[in-house]
Amino acid sequence: MSSWFILFYEFFKIGLFSVGGGLATLPFLYRLADKYDWFNYGMVADMVAISESTPGPLGVNMATYTGFQFGGPLGSVIATVALVVPSVIIIIIVSKFLQRFRNNSHVEDVFYLLRPGVTGLIGAAGFSVILSALFHVKKITDISYENFLGLVGVKECILFVCMLFLTNKFKKHPVFYIAIGAALGIIFAF
Amino acid sequence: MKELWQLFITFCKIGGFTFGGGYAMLPMLQREVVDKRGWASEDEILDYFAIGQCTPGIIFVNTATFVGYKKKGVLGGIAATVGSIFPSVIIVMTIAAVLNNFAELPIVQHAFGAIRVVVGVLIVNAVVGMWKKSVVDKFCAVIAVIAFLLSAILSISPIWIVLGAALLGVALPVVKGAWSR
Repeated sequence: MSSWFILFYEFFKIGLFSVGGGLATLPFLYRLADKYDWFNYGMVADMVAISESTPGPLGVNMATYTGFQFGGPLGSVIATVALVVPSVIIIIIVSKFLQRFRNNSHVEDVFYLLRPGVTGLIGAAGFSVILSALFHVKKITDISYENFLGLVGVKECILFVCMLFLTNKFKKHPVFYIAIGAALGIIFAF
Repeated sequence: MKELWQLFITFCKIGGFTFGGGYAMLPMLQREVVDKRGWASEDEILDYFAIGQCTPGIIFVNTATFVGYKKKGVLGGIAATVGSIFPSVIIVMTIAAVLNNFAELPIVQHAFGAIRVVVGVLIVNAVVGMWKKSVVDKFCAVIAVIAFLLSAILSISPIWIVLGAALLGVALPVVKGAWSR
């Protein structure tokens, strides 16, 4: 299989299975970081930051950025197109049965459980981001009782707690906090 | 042809000027698609948004496909969709190209070291928000925790977890009966 085809195939799958918008593509990107050496866990967090700071939907931005890391501009285009092809096909089909789809009790039942499931998945992706940002490890099993103190980043933990407080106290746009983070990171040499 | 171009350019504009996606796009969609072009009514846009949320893919892109398809069939759907992703692709590609050249600089690495922490916080906040909206009872809470554990500890593919949750939903009447017993 050509590697371009693999890139298309992986993003097609993401487009087909990421439901719920926003961060829904995130768990799949972590999966890709596990499966291939296109990028590592830290870079997934960088992608989120870049996607939050540029116009356009997060999922599209993440696909473009990931595709670029894989293979430059052509990679960007292939990944992004692959991401939207499944949903274009599905929406065109759904358009024909709009009313029936809207009032279908099965659809409601599916989403009653799918939403919490996706919440758990994104929670797991967030957990990976935090592990890699605060402890510089990939899995919780990489941390043991003995190496805990050596791994934990003190500056990172302080920043984490402060930001958790600030973001909930002042509801500003994420770009604002990302910019503050960048400045603090440079000043205190993270 | 002119209408296809209009669909492309309108969704280009919306995609290029809104940050964050999702509901942040709604006011701009209403102004451009409902008020200016009259391609859809306000109720239709809200319907598209609601359905876009429960079909796979990006909500804004799904909404673009809906509007384009309604206006000009399959070609219209494609024109609007391509328009909706076009600005992001160009902007993000440019940033990626620039960043890759500077990624090794200590100053960039320090900045991203802290940015990763901030991203962790942003995701925690997003998950808390999603939890409040989607976890409406104990049963949902169990599903969310199981999905978290399967993914975080056992590294099960998200595809299986999404499919599993959806299938449980299909069998919901049976599942709920067993749960309450």
